[in-house]
Amino acid sequence: MSNSMKTVAIAGAVAAALSGAVTPAHAASKEKCFGVSLAGQNDCAAGPGTTCAGTSVKDYQGNAWKLVDAGTCAEIDLPAMADGTAREGSLEALERDLPA
Amino acid sequence: MTPFQSSFRAALLDPAAPVPDGLIGPAQAPAGKRFDVYRNNVVFSLTMALRAAFPLVFRLLGAEKFDLMAQEFLRVYPPASPLMMDYGAQMPQFLAGFSALTHVGYLADCAGLDIAMRASYHAPNAGPPPLTASALALAEIGQAQLGLAPSARMLRSVWPIFDIWRFNFEQDAPKPQARAQDVLIIRPAYDPVPIALPVGAFDWITALQNGADFETAHDLALAQEPQFNLATALAAIVPHPALVMV
Amino acid sequence: MRDQHKGLPLGAGVGFKPQHFNEITLDPGPVDWLEIHAENYMGAGGRPIAQLEALADRFAISVHGVGLSIGGTAALDPAHLARLKHLVGWLKPAQFSEHLAWSTHGAEFLNDLLPLPYTDATLARVCDHINLVQDTLGLKMLLENPSNYLAFADSTWPEQDFLAEIARRTGCGLLLDVNNVFVSAVNMGTSADEYIRAFPLAEVGEIHVGGHEEDSDEHGAPLLIDSHGKAVIDPVWRLTAQTLERAGPKPILVEWDNNVPDWATLRAEAGRAAQLLHWQPA
Repeated sequence: MSNSMKTVAIAGAVAAALSGAVTPAHAASKEKCFGVSLAGQNDCAAGPGTTCAGTSVKDYQGNAWKLVDAGTCAEIDLPAMADGTAREGSLEALERDLPA
Repeated sequence: MTPFQSSFRAALLDPAAPVPDGLIGPAQAPAGKRFDVYRNNVVFSLTMALRAAFPLVFRLLGAEKFDLMAQEFLRVYPPASPLMMDYGAQMPQFLAGFSALTHVGYLADCAGLDIAMRASYHAPNAGPPPLTASALALAEIGQAQLGLAPSARMLRSVWPIFDIWRFNFEQDAPKPQARAQDVLIIRPAYDPVPIALPVGAFDWITALQNGADFETAHDLALAQEPQFNLATALAAIVPHPALVMV
Repeated sequence: MRDQHKGLPLGAGVGFKPQHFNEITLDPGPVDWLEIHAENYMGAGGRPIAQLEALADRFAISVHGVGLSIGGTAALDPAHLARLKHLVGWLKPAQFSEHLAWSTHGAEFLNDLLPLPYTDATLARVCDHINLVQDTLGLKMLLENPSNYLAFADSTWPEQDFLAEIARRTGCGLLLDVNNVFVSAVNMGTSADEYIRAFPLAEVGEIHVGGHEEDSDEHGAPLLIDSHGKAVIDPVWRLTAQTLERAGPKPILVEWDNNVPDWATLRAEAGRAAQLLHWQPA
């Protein structure tokens, strides 16, 4: 591709992207689900009681960690992936986000 | 120079250490368990700060395991500044080396996503002008210099971190499948939003950030990732306040 | 509230929580002013700064620092002082206060208000630190009495005298946390009433009240924890009323930092504080 043809191709892609065919409307609907709005707050309160005062986690590979997974990681089954795993992209997610 | 503080600090984060001498309760009795109030306060307040700072890791581990992990983390990495908004920067490396959780291989990258979301949340409001149609003369697009908005962040992972995030925070999101994903975090107003980047877009934006002009970045991205498609990348990115003119 | 320099109104305030932002602005009820924790507004931008800018247009703001480590043995952190100066510079709050406590040791910030012995040496150091804060920020600050769970055997000053002497030497004012007085008195087996009577009330520029938890030590003695996690108990309101009778009206803040309630509940707590003030003889 010659330089001028390439520039035309790039300009075409940009013009399409900026033409207003896509809108950021879907972003707003996601706002409510985040836990970041209070991220890392300082306050001057004390802890409620002395219950976890003596917590020792030195044996974190021992009994304490035999707890059943109560978080969502128990539902996510992903094999260990080595670096260099094929980067498949995210077209599926992208399509979902684009208005019809 | 700092005798009372040093002995206090030494016992504070070590529950097995004896209570420092010279601390008393009512009627001059040794302070004993009263010292545990301070031990508790430090552990409790930092655990709460970490819960708020790592919402995705918190969901993945559940409260009980998260708190156990946090109580180990805070003893290894107590805060280095009074700004809780900055606390926990070492969490990805800590989790990567945390033997009790190595079976959850994507945890470290998820902690990185939490950190990037928080950084975006506190980032400056103002910045260079956004990339818009009117700001850009299409004839000169090839030489345009672009960069990320101050509130935007970008992450690369060998794990499906966007899908994992969505599975935890969006209703009816599908279960993540094994694949590598790049994520762009944008902040339309005040709430950061992660979006999955199409293939090669990470390389393209990285080249832009490193000072390449629009056309050179395009060439570099194609060289890194032959499947890179500019139109697809732009369609994913440009609707969001992510790219700015520099 | 464009007259921040006039100081806090003699009314009720609450600790601002971001989840209350909309309701506070729509329905402040008896709330005349707000307190923020300085460290939460030291980021570069985003929602925290935008909310604070909006609130400062309507309410007097009291900036309450929780991370300066004024009671610490080391020199104050110049970077943190600079951040405070920046915040106070653009916000121009009605008041700035900090704690008689330490929280930084070496390079570590321990995120709690830790106690210090009351001796001539610590007195001199605290005064040096307060002088530096007041010189740097260009204002008269308030220093708050702590909640005590234990004491240092080598303390030579009663706490109220220690605070009075700090105020005398530095010209700073005092923030009297009545819940802290109550908690400390129960924990150390002393009299809250006597503490208030001996306190230099003329120096008090703000009063705090808050909720606490009940625990006990290994001897079965009561151990109250200053949790800011529930409603203020009646004995603390009574002690506050007695304090106002002696001191005259003062701005009163309701602190609720853990298990933060909905706005209606917090507003009702502020209403109790406002009622106490309105009962004062004019």
